[in-house]
Amino acid sequence: MRKYIPKDSVQKKAYYTDRFHVVPSTPREDVSTDEVFAKQLEALSAKVEVLKAEIQLGAMVVEINHQDNFKALEILKEECGYAMLTEMSAVDYLAKDGNFEVFYQMLNLKEVKRMRLVMRIEQGLAVESVVPLYKSANFAEREMFDMFGIVSNNHPFMKRILMPDDWEGHPLLKTYPLQGDEFASWYEVDKIFGKDAREAIGPENRDQSKIERYDTKRFSRVGYEVPFGADISEGETETPIEYSKTFLVDYQKADGVKPAETRK
Amino acid sequence: MAQHQVNYASTGGLPIALTTVDHLVNWGRSNSLWPLTYGLACCAIEMMASGASRYDFDRMGTIFRASPRQSDVMILAGTLSKKHSEFARRLYDQMTEPKWVISMGSCANTGGMFNTYATVQGVDRIIPVDIYLPGCAPRPETLQYAMMMLQKKIRRESANMKNNTKQNLRLI
Repeated sequence: MRKYIPKDSVQKKAYYTDRFHVVPSTPREDVSTDEVFAKQLEALSAKVEVLKAEIQLGAMVVEINHQDNFKALEILKEECGYAMLTEMSAVDYLAKDGNFEVFYQMLNLKEVKRMRLVMRIEQGLAVESVVPLYKSANFAEREMFDMFGIVSNNHPFMKRILMPDDWEGHPLLKTYPLQGDEFASWYEVDKIFGKDAREAIGPENRDQSKIERYDTKRFSRVGYEVPFGADISEGETETPIEYSKTFLVDYQKADGVKPAETRK
Repeated sequence: MAQHQVNYASTGGLPIALTTVDHLVNWGRSNSLWPLTYGLACCAIEMMASGASRYDFDRMGTIFRASPRQSDVMILAGTLSKKHSEFARRLYDQMTEPKWVISMGSCANTGGMFNTYATVQGVDRIIPVDIYLPGCAPRPETLQYAMMMLQKKIRRESANMKNNTKQNLRLI
């Protein structure tokens, strides 16, 4: 017989466990399994302190201290042949680990190898800009600053790239609300009309299914039609639905056109 | 044989048409609505299709103009981001009176699916809108219908724009 499980508090806790679900995890291999990566890691660790190195899904992942990022990338570019910085940005781990992870995703076109250089950095600290090495880092570092507030030192043009220059807050932080904070919700009103207009314009409507009960300008009432803009705070009167009198052609009869009501 | 002289009295017609100033002015306004060439997102693709030969806006006297100074209608076609809202309002301000606004598509009407920090939740927060056009994205026929509704609205209005009630935003 099946074991009895009380189902009183199903809202609080799921009463079943999925026996066959396996939490997926990326398989990790040692760097020594790949000759090219092993050689590159050797060159890197000769000059830079490597905290962790492994191969994930065919790409080498190397963790270093954030102070060494310029030096490490210089070695990777000059000695290991990583000519392209395909992407760089940060990941917010502030709630979990108390820091950001900054990553540099790189591509070696000659040996067809990809690697990722990662480093942890506390909030408020700046990274060294790698624009002198990779031109593609220019916009990427600006975006990292815009979205996370991580400044790059010695960047040629450290300015927000996506959000307006006078924006407050960094939207990709986990603590930033998706629908925006107080500043964001009034941004366009404050900027165009000034703060005095807030009351006249009103707050944003974030409820997609909001219906104004007594609004006769934007909402219709089937069966309870009222004139446009009428005051219905007292309640609306029921209006019977009127059907149009359609003339149907009766092809069975010779005389043809007949009103709909008389037709059986 | 061609008739060189029209004898109005004998045909029963007179070379006189009686009308009001409102009708005459609005007849002119409603049949030459010149929208601003201004697209924000994917709705603008439908707007372009409406202007092109298949749907042919020109037959309604609707010709897209490249300058707000020469336009009567602003079609807000697409998602208006908060960063851009300032410039949309500036273009609206640069248009000469009388002017009308069509809010095209769900994003312009209410913010649509972009219920986020960076999108204006309905362009009527910054610009007074005359016609709200639903759809994601509305087809060119729908935009044409909106244009015809706007024409209807204009024909009903007074020629003196001060007599027409607008959204409160116009005061600012």
